[in-house]
Amino acid sequence: MTLAVDVGIRRSPFHLNARFAVDEPGVTALFGPSGAGKSTLVQAIAGLIRPERGRIVIDQEVVFDAAERIAVPAWRRRAGYVFQDGRLFPHLTVEGNLRFGARRHRGAGAEPAFRAMVELLGLDGLLARRPRSLSGGEKQRVALGRALLANPRILLLDEPLSALDEGRKGEILPFLARIRDDTQVPIVYVTHSLDELTRLADTLVILDRGEVVATAPVAEALADLELLPYTGAYDAGAIVTAEIDSHDRADQLSLLAFDGGRLWVPLLDQAPGAPVRARVRARDVVVALSEPADSSANNLVPATVSGWREGAGAHVDLQLRAGSATLLARITRRSFRRLGLASGTPVVAVIKAVSVESGGTRATAEPV
Amino acid sequence: MLLSDAEWQALILSLQISLVAVSLALPFAILVAVALARGTFPGKALLDGLVHLPLVLPPVVMGYLLLLTFGTRAPLGAWLFETFGIRLVFSWTGAALAAAIVTFPFQVRAIRLALEAVDPGLVAAAATLGAGPVDRFLTITLPLALPGIVAGAITAFAASLGEFGAIITFVSNIPGETRTLPLAIYTAIQTPGGEAAAARLVALSIGLALLGLTLSEIAARRVRALVGP
Repeated sequence: MTLAVDVGIRRSPFHLNARFAVDEPGVTALFGPSGAGKSTLVQAIAGLIRPERGRIVIDQEVVFDAAERIAVPAWRRRAGYVFQDGRLFPHLTVEGNLRFGARRHRGAGAEPAFRAMVELLGLDGLLARRPRSLSGGEKQRVALGRALLANPRILLLDEPLSALDEGRKGEILPFLARIRDDTQVPIVYVTHSLDELTRLADTLVILDRGEVVATAPVAEALADLELLPYTGAYDAGAIVTAEIDSHDRADQLSLLAFDGGRLWVPLLDQAPGAPVRARVRARDVVVALSEPADSSANNLVPATVSGWREGAGAHVDLQLRAGSATLLARITRRSFRRLGLASGTPVVAVIKAVSVESGGTRATAEPV
Repeated sequence: MLLSDAEWQALILSLQISLVAVSLALPFAILVAVALARGTFPGKALLDGLVHLPLVLPPVVMGYLLLLTFGTRAPLGAWLFETFGIRLVFSWTGAALAAAIVTFPFQVRAIRLALEAVDPGLVAAAATLGAGPVDRFLTITLPLALPGIVAGAITAFAASLGEFGAIITFVSNIPGETRTLPLAIYTAIQTPGGEAAAARLVALSIGLALLGLTLSEIAARRVRALVGP
């Protein structure tokens, strides 16, 4: 058990009552609207606030148990924390910040580890600088490196991108993906951005008003019709795990293969065989009963309707199965009736756009 | 130079007494400021009041209280003299003690404000990186409060230079031992024909004040550049 949390925290306007566990390395996203209690929860894991009730276990060590009166102080928990606002020490250089935690942990901060981290996060040119002269994105990279160099047992990222503009976010996401892939540290990632969790998360813990609504693998959770009120809104979409089949350099396209079909996407730079994560938004999927003969869409995926859910407005969300993959399609109520759709109806999913996250190096959402 | 030997003596003595007073009080001022800024304990209001007492009491009263406490006939003063051979009355060390106590509130106030201004978020960040309470105080809180500490020390130093009532009451006005600049000015004014000497000393005091202000401004700027946000 890497992390087990079961706590009750009194907070206005509601009480936080959360229970979830993380069993393996990877990214667990705490997802939910602002004020759902996500930050409060990670602060409790870090030891920065003390819950009224419950138990927290990090890496087999009970760091908090209200009944047993155990409360390991934050500085002994080895839980790395990256704050929304970076919180770099203004009186230290970037290097001083990076080494702050490393100095305090035996086995951490060895010179090779330091060099590797500087390399991984692209901090080489910044070491002698002061935090105030860094851009927002640079600050968050330093904060990440600082937390990781303290050799944490778990890394808590508390909306690390929310203070950055879109451009800067795109600059940091690849580094986060690299950390996810290159280190074995389990990550708890607090976010209310669907885009971030689509790109990074393995497991989704959905919080609403202080309660855990669901815990599930991210692809499953995003394609779950019951969870659409939390994961959906305008941007609802499913994740397809695929690998690169081949490239068509003449047309600048790459072909992805997944269990259930194939997808053409704008040219990727990885070699064939590389795993990628493709995101297909529900509103980018058109449903047809047979293959349209003369359509501009390149991606036609045969699928079966496996469920639907009526939205508040004119639309119906369909869940489609294509092999082991699940897709969502958002169509109008009228089309739903006209096509006579029901569970089990065979259809063709006409996909207008796919965005691909692959090792965090690329993200596109272009019609293909 | 324009100054007589006695006047030089008064200048050097003033600087010496102020320097010793400020350095003597600084560690205690930091401790008290930490207790007042961060601590919650019974008697906190009392400590707060006690520290600020010299600010509201007439300096002469402070000097007299010191005399009652450290005079050679007083129990504490007698014990210090018999055990360590320390005699504070009529000596420059007594003047430094008087100046330290009278200017103590200036230091505590400045340091307390500076400590309270340190972002608790940074201290929490240091905790998540493995720094214990003392470690956090020494490596985060104290350096970030440094501009305030320096400002407090400079204010206290300036106030020490001007201290009159407590010093003259406690350690008297002995040339070369306890006659600081203000006491020398007072003596000159009291002496027939001492107007010229008084004028020189007054000019010296003004120059010293201006120099002090400039130096403190430079020091504050340096420190802020060093630790600033």
